[in-house]
Amino acid sequence: MLTWMIFTPLIGAALILLLPKKAEAAIKWVALAATVPPLIMAFQLYGSFDRTTAEMQLVQRVPWIPSFNIEYYVGIDGISITMVLLTALLSTICIVASWNIDKAVKAYFPLFLLLDTAMMGVFCSLDFFLFFVFWEVMLLPMYFLIGIWGGPRREYAAIKFFLYTMVGSVLMLVAMLALYFYNDPHTFDLVELARRAPTYSANFQRFAWIALFIGFAIKIPAFPFHTWLPDAHVEAPTAISVILAGVLLKMGTYGILRINYAILPLGTLEFAYYFLVVLGVINIIYGALCAMAQTDYKKLIAYSSISHMGYVMFGMATFTQQGLDGAVLQMFNHGTVTAMLFLLVGVIYDRAHHREINGFGGLASIMPFYTGWTALAFFAAMGLPGLSAFISEVLVLLGGWQHYPALTVVAAAAVVLTAGYMLWTMQRIYLGEPNEKYLDLPDINMREVGMLVPLAIIVIILGVYPKPVLSLIDVSLTHLNDVVLSAGQGPVASASDVLSVR
Amino acid sequence: MDLGNFASLSHSFPTLFLAFSVVAVFLLDLVIEKKEWLGDIALLVVAIAILGVVRLLSSETGALFHRSVVLDEFGLYFQLLVLLSAFATIWMSLGSREIRRLNQGEYWAILLASTLGMAFMATSNNLLMGYLSLEFVSLTSYVLAGYSLHNRRATEASLKYLIYGGVASGAMIYGMSWIYGLAGSLEFHAIQQALLTNGEAALPLYVALVLTLAGLGFKISAFPFHMWAPDVYQGAPIPVAAFLAVGSKTAAFALMIRFFFTAMAAPAGGGAYEMVGGVDWRTLLLVVSALTMTYGNLAALNQTGSVKRLLAYSGIAHAGYALMGFVVLTDDGLRAMIFYLTVYYLMNIGAFLVVMMVANSTGREDLASFRGLAWRGGAVPAVAMAIFLFSLTGLPPFAGFIGKFYLFAAVVKQELYLLALIGVANSVVSLFYYARIVRVMFLDQPEGGEGVVEVDWHNGVLLGLLTIGTVVLGIFWGPLFDFADRSTRLFIG
Repeated sequence: MLTWMIFTPLIGAALILLLPKKAEAAIKWVALAATVPPLIMAFQLYGSFDRTTAEMQLVQRVPWIPSFNIEYYVGIDGISITMVLLTALLSTICIVASWNIDKAVKAYFPLFLLLDTAMMGVFCSLDFFLFFVFWEVMLLPMYFLIGIWGGPRREYAAIKFFLYTMVGSVLMLVAMLALYFYNDPHTFDLVELARRAPTYSANFQRFAWIALFIGFAIKIPAFPFHTWLPDAHVEAPTAISVILAGVLLKMGTYGILRINYAILPLGTLEFAYYFLVVLGVINIIYGALCAMAQTDYKKLIAYSSISHMGYVMFGMATFTQQGLDGAVLQMFNHGTVTAMLFLLVGVIYDRAHHREINGFGGLASIMPFYTGWTALAFFAAMGLPGLSAFISEVLVLLGGWQHYPALTVVAAAAVVLTAGYMLWTMQRIYLGEPNEKYLDLPDINMREVGMLVPLAIIVIILGVYPKPVLSLIDVSLTHLNDVVLSAGQGPVASASDVLSVR
Repeated sequence: MDLGNFASLSHSFPTLFLAFSVVAVFLLDLVIEKKEWLGDIALLVVAIAILGVVRLLSSETGALFHRSVVLDEFGLYFQLLVLLSAFATIWMSLGSREIRRLNQGEYWAILLASTLGMAFMATSNNLLMGYLSLEFVSLTSYVLAGYSLHNRRATEASLKYLIYGGVASGAMIYGMSWIYGLAGSLEFHAIQQALLTNGEAALPLYVALVLTLAGLGFKISAFPFHMWAPDVYQGAPIPVAAFLAVGSKTAAFALMIRFFFTAMAAPAGGGAYEMVGGVDWRTLLLVVSALTMTYGNLAALNQTGSVKRLLAYSGIAHAGYALMGFVVLTDDGLRAMIFYLTVYYLMNIGAFLVVMMVANSTGREDLASFRGLAWRGGAVPAVAMAIFLFSLTGLPPFAGFIGKFYLFAAVVKQELYLLALIGVANSVVSLFYYARIVRVMFLDQPEGGEGVVEVDWHNGVLLGLLTIGTVVLGIFWGPLFDFADRSTRLFIG
C-alpha cells in the first residue's frame, strides 16, 4: 500500500506527459486524480494503524542492488504516519490551489506530482540509500517549480534553495557511507542501523551526528542556515510555498528524529543539550523578530515558519514524553496552519498582485469572509487556546520546563512576540480605512474555501481534542526517547551526567 | 597464456580489423565520391570491432605478442568503452553540419586510427607499447583538433595541443627511460618484480614517476597538465571534442591504471594493492586528484561564454573525481572508476551531442544560443541536456549519482574523509555552473533571434539512447556494476 501511495502520483505524471499540450483542463484533472488515491489510502492508513507498537508497519522490502545490500524498503511508524497523512492532504489541496496556473501547464503538474512522489518516499523509506535518493529527487522539481513559475527574483531564489540543500545532502551522503562501512555486515537498513546503535563509538557518533545534523538543519531551516527560506517562499507560487512550508521543512526535523535520534543516540544526547535546544530558542525568537520587521506579507509568514519550527527543535531536545509529543504534533499542526496562511496570502495576491502589508487596509469591510478565514488562521498561528498549535506549543513548553526552565520562559515569552506581529499585521491589512484602490475586490470564492475547509476542521478538532494524532505518535516516541536516554547510561559519562543532575 | 606473434593474431581480431580498416578507408577515399559513405563504413567498422571485443570477453586471459599486449577483462572493458566512444563520435560526425562542410576524406580514417591507438592503450603491457600507442593517439588527435582548417581557433587549438603534447610526451619518455634504468625492463610485471627485489631507490624512482605522470596527466587532463583542454575543446569540431573528452581520457585512464597497478604496486590481498619501490605516489595522486577537481570546478564557474569550454573545465573536474577511485588502491576503487567512466561516457557524450544539435540549428555554441531552448521547439534536447547536466552534478535518480556514490564509497571505506569532503564540496560547486545552463534553457525566455532548434531523427536516436542510459542506470545499475566488478581483474605476469 505504501508503494502505491508513493508511486500513484508518478503514474499520473506519466499520463499527463501523454496528453496533448492544449488539453489543460484534462491535465489538471488527471493531476488531481493522481493525488486523491494517496489521500484515500491515507485515511485507510489512519484507520488501520496499530497504535500500540513502536515497530514498523506495512513493511515492504525488495532487494534492489544486492551486491551493495541496497533495498527498496518502506514502512511507517508513529512518527512517519503523521507526515504521510500531512503530505497526502497538502498535495491534494495544492493541486486545487494550482488550478489557476496557466504557464506551461504540461510541465508544471508532472513536476508537482514528481515532487509528491519524492516527499512520500522520504517519509516512508527505511533504507538510507532509498531515503537519500528520494531526498535528492525532491530538489529537481522544486528547483524548476520555483524557477519557472515563481516571482520576479525566482532564478536567484531557486538556485539558492538548490545550493543550500545540496550542501546539506552531500554531507549526509558522506555520513551515510561512513555508517554503511562502519557496520559489518555493511547495511543501509535504518532499522538495523538503529538496532546496532550501542556499538558505535562516541567519536564516530559525534562526527556523523554533526554531518547529518547540518544536512537536516538546512532543511528545517535552523538558524544560521535559514537564509534560503524567505527567498524561496517569497518567489515560489502559492501552492509551492504551501508544500515548502507544510511538508519540506518537516523533513528536516523528521530526519533528525529518524536518523540522528534513533541511530546516533549518544551524539544526540551530547549535542541536543548544548546545541539543539539553544538553536531552537534562537529560531523561535529570531524568527519572530524578523517576522515583525517584514513589510511583505509572504515573507512575514515565511519568518513565522522559522519561529514555529523552533518549537519543534526545542521540544525534541527536551527528552521528555510531553516535549517529543509536542514536537511531532507541532510538526503536524504547523503543516496545516502555515498551509492555511500561505493559501490566504495567495488569495489576496491573486486579486491585488502585490503583497505589501502597508498597501492594503480595511479589507475586512471589502472581503468579510476572507477576513474571517484569515482571523482563524492567525489565531491558530498565535497559539490561541482551542486551536491546534496551542496544544503542541504547551506540550513543548511543559517538556522544556523539566530540563531548561530558564529557556522555557524565554520561549514562552516569544508567544507574545508572535501575537504581536500577527495582530499588527491583522490591523494593517484588514482593519482601518479601506484602501480605495481595492474597493471592488471579490471575496473569497468556492474553490479557495474548499481548500481551506479541511485544514480549518483539522485545526479546530486538534485544538480541542488532540488525541487522534497523539495516539498515533505516542508509542513510537516513547520508544525513541527510551533509546536515546538509555544510551546515556553507557560509557560516555558527560551526557548522562548532564541529564541526571537535572 | 603467453603467446608469440603469430599465435597472438587469432586473439586480436578487433585491433587487427581496425588497423586493416584504417588503411582501407584511406584507400577508399580515393575512389568514393560521396564522403559520407566513408563515415557509414567507419561506423560499421567500429560496430564490428565492438562485436569482436564482446566475443573475446569469454576467452582465456593472457599476454600476447611476446608480452607487449595483454588480453584481460580490464583491457577488454576499456576497449569496449573506447570503441563505444568512437561509435558515438562517428554517429555524431555524420549528423554534424560543421563536419559536413569540411573536406571529410581523411577525417574518418584518422578517427579510426585514433581509435586503434586508444584500443592499444587499454591493453599495453610495457612502457614502449604504452608510449607508442599514447603517442599515436596524440598525433591523430592533433590533426582532428585542427580539422576545421579555416577556423583560426581550430588552428590555434591544434598548435597548442601539439606543443603541450610534445613537451608532455617528451617528459614522459624521459621518465620511462629512468624507470628502465632502475628496473632493467620495459615490461610492467618485470618492473614490479625488479622493484620488489632490488630494494629501494626512492628518489630516482620518484623523479621518473613524476615525469611519466606528466604524459599521462596530460591525456587525462589532470591538474597541472590540463591547460590545453579548454582551448582545444573550444577550437575542435564538436564531435572531436567529445571524442577527446571521453575516448582519449578513458584510454589514458586505462593505461595509467595498468601502469601504476601492475608495475608500481602489487596485490596485497583482500582486494587491496600496495605500492612497491618505496615511493609514495599515492599521496601525490591524492593531491593531484583534489587539485584537479577543485581547479576544474572553480575555473568552470567563470565560463559564461562557450559551452564547450565549460564542458572542458567540467571534464577536468571529472578527471579529478575519477582519480579518487585510483588513489584508494583497492578493487573497490577500480570498480568505482570503471563504473564512473562508463557513466561519464553516457552523460558527457550526451551533453556534447546537445551542444552539437544547437550548433547545427543556430551555428553557435555559446551559452546565449541556449537561451529559452525549452520554449522554442527544443524541449526534447533541453530536457535531455538537463538530465545529462544533473547527472554530471551527481544528483539521483541519474547514473552520475551512482557513479559518484561508488567513488565516494570507495574513498570513505578507506577512511579518507578529507578527500571525500573535498569531493562532495566540489559537487556542490559544480551544481552552480551546470544549473546555470539549465537556468538559461528553462528559466530564461527566448529573446527572439536564437533560431528554432529542430531534432532530426539521426541525432535524435543517439540522444534518446544516451538519455535512456543515463536514467536507467540511475535506477537499475546492478548488471553494469557486476560487469564492472568482473572487469577489475588485471592480468598480471
